[in-house]
Amino acid sequence: MNHNPNTNFKMSKSINIIKSSIVPLHAENVDTDQIIPARFLKATSRDGFGKNLFRDWRFENDDESTPKKDFVLNNPTYAGKILVAGKNFGCGSSREHAAWAIKDYGFDVVVSSFFADIFKNNALNNFLLPVIVSENFLQKIFTAVEADSKTELEINLEQQTIKLLSNSPSGVGGESFEINNYKKTCLLNGYDDIDYLLSIQSDIEQFEKTI
Amino acid sequence: MSKTLFDKIWEKHVVKQIEGGPSVFYIDTHFIHEVTSPQAFAGLNKRGIKVFRPHQVVATADHNVPTLNQHLPIKEELSRLQVEALIKNCAEHGIELYGLGHPYQGIVHVIGPELGITQPGKTYVCGDSHTSTHGAFGSIAFGIGTSEVEMVLATQCLMQSKPKLMRIHVDGVLNKGVVSKDIILYIISKISASGATGYAVEFAGSAIRSLSMEARMTICNMSIEMGARCGLIAPDETTFNYIKGRPLAPKGELWETNLTYWKTLYSDADATFDSEIFIKAEDIEPMITYGTNPGMGIGVSQHIPSLNEVDAKEKTSFEKSLHYMGLQPGENIKGKKVDYVFIGSCTNSRIEDLRMVASFVKGKKKAQDVEVWIVPGSKQVEAQAKQEGIDKVLEEAGFMLRQPGCSACLGMNEDKIPAGKYCISTSNRNFEGRQGPNARTFLASPLSAAVAAITGKVSDVREFLN
Ligand code: SF4
Repeated sequence: MNHNPNTNFKMSKSINIIKSSIVPLHAENVDTDQIIPARFLKATSRDGFGKNLFRDWRFENDDESTPKKDFVLNNPTYAGKILVAGKNFGCGSSREHAAWAIKDYGFDVVVSSFFADIFKNNALNNFLLPVIVSENFLQKIFTAVEADSKTELEINLEQQTIKLLSNSPSGVGGESFEINNYKKTCLLNGYDDIDYLLSIQSDIEQFEKTI
Repeated sequence: MSKTLFDKIWEKHVVKQIEGGPSVFYIDTHFIHEVTSPQAFAGLNKRGIKVFRPHQVVATADHNVPTLNQHLPIKEELSRLQVEALIKNCAEHGIELYGLGHPYQGIVHVIGPELGITQPGKTYVCGDSHTSTHGAFGSIAFGIGTSEVEMVLATQCLMQSKPKLMRIHVDGVLNKGVVSKDIILYIISKISASGATGYAVEFAGSAIRSLSMEARMTICNMSIEMGARCGLIAPDETTFNYIKGRPLAPKGELWETNLTYWKTLYSDADATFDSEIFIKAEDIEPMITYGTNPGMGIGVSQHIPSLNEVDAKEKTSFEKSLHYMGLQPGENIKGKKVDYVFIGSCTNSRIEDLRMVASFVKGKKKAQDVEVWIVPGSKQVEAQAKQEGIDKVLEEAGFMLRQPGCSACLGMNEDKIPAGKYCISTSNRNFEGRQGPNARTFLASPLSAAVAAITGKVSDVREFLN
């Protein structure tokens, strides 16, 4: 690959193997307004969005002292670095704050059978790995974690595999997932796109002369 | 070789193709606003670099601004800080800012076209998903996240993989009372809120051709609501006439050279698409959404799907959605009580939208227990409305004409719909909490919103047209 960024701006974190228990979110079309409502977009820095992740699903009447008991983030049974959700995750607005909030809350991976385009890019740009699985495997994960909340997933980015590790008999299996090869290299090595683009600035200037 | 409209523009903007990866894609114009840009400027500062092409960046303040008393300092502190950060960043980097108080200020996707910045064959991005609006001029335009905003500020380029291509034909003549908003709500209801994910969508066909530029913008605006990367429409005489003479449109000889190029921008007759969809204009009636994603729309005379009409897998989210909306499966949507009417947003806040509303409500009065907010898309729309006396017509009907901004489209400023209340809205999203915590949104056209303002209920505008 013709990709030779300078490494001065290496992101703090590269990713490869992630093994963790799961937080299952049984919802489809989870839009970015749910992930982080607009009224919390007023900050001018990238930090601290995690506390408002899924704000209106988490709290009664926008009051932090009254968590909604039936929402999964408020259920101590489930914890981990992997969020698993239904199809078309991250649809709606382009706000990168959604990816920041998920990452800031402590997730490193979101698993779904389908991601909205812009969200997927935003996640990748923040070293939050979106893993696309088949609808069947997604259901399998949900079933396994329901049977045994300690069920874990192991994701190997290099190999592009996702594996269920569970004590329940229904909870075994795995599959491979697709990821853009370029993005994979970035994630594995902690590169970011801006470094690369800056390194080819003279090509860009050359191109501008032709338009 | 035959090419699609999208291919023609795409190829001209690829700086470099990375083997087995995305392209380095050149952006002609980058729109920015106060909410999704501060972290990007902070990123540049951290790297110690300046904006690469400041003259190709256009800024406005829209998402977070108050829509009353814009001449006063912004009361809400965090909103004020965001707007101040934008002013400071633009000044530091030499970027043109159409901020509060400027005669060109307005919603980013309204001002680009009305100033003549948006032109065929060009590429546009903005940290806002409805950037797809600009595709109505035959350009490639899409929303990006803040890391990408930083990328474009730093290099005027993005890393982009080419999307698949879809073409949606809408042929025939629209029924009475049916406008472009109904077309796009109809399409999304057919293909779902994720039906075009991964695609760039070209809209074609006689019904699209017959639309004005502003009506075309409404369609491309909402292509993101079916997941599309962008929407576009081949430019034609309607497009050229709209652009001509606008403040930042090319003039004189430059106009002629551009025009010659623009006329080459269409999909060749035998160009192929990955997917094609055909829609008959006659099948479309005034549309309204009943649920919490824009794909949950029906004709106003129809009933909300009953449980046995819903796919088994979708049942849980369908029920959750109706529960949020306080509606029952199988019931009629017509006649439902409306508490608020919001006519605004980058989907429907242009002068034609206001004209449409004014001509319908002229001489009528709003229902007593309904609050009606009309929020023009820009200072220019506001000025034009006043010049045409539209402001008087609206006032006489009991509507409140506010000042330009995104307003209740996303409820980021103080324009929020109270919890539990129903709002018929000309905006583009009916997500839970979009217009305020626990607010309930019906998406519809300006005409359907206007009739609801008069009757206080979801109504069929066709019954009020002669
Ligand atoms: S009006 Fe709504 S959709 Fe349009 S730019 Fe503003 S917030 Fe986004």
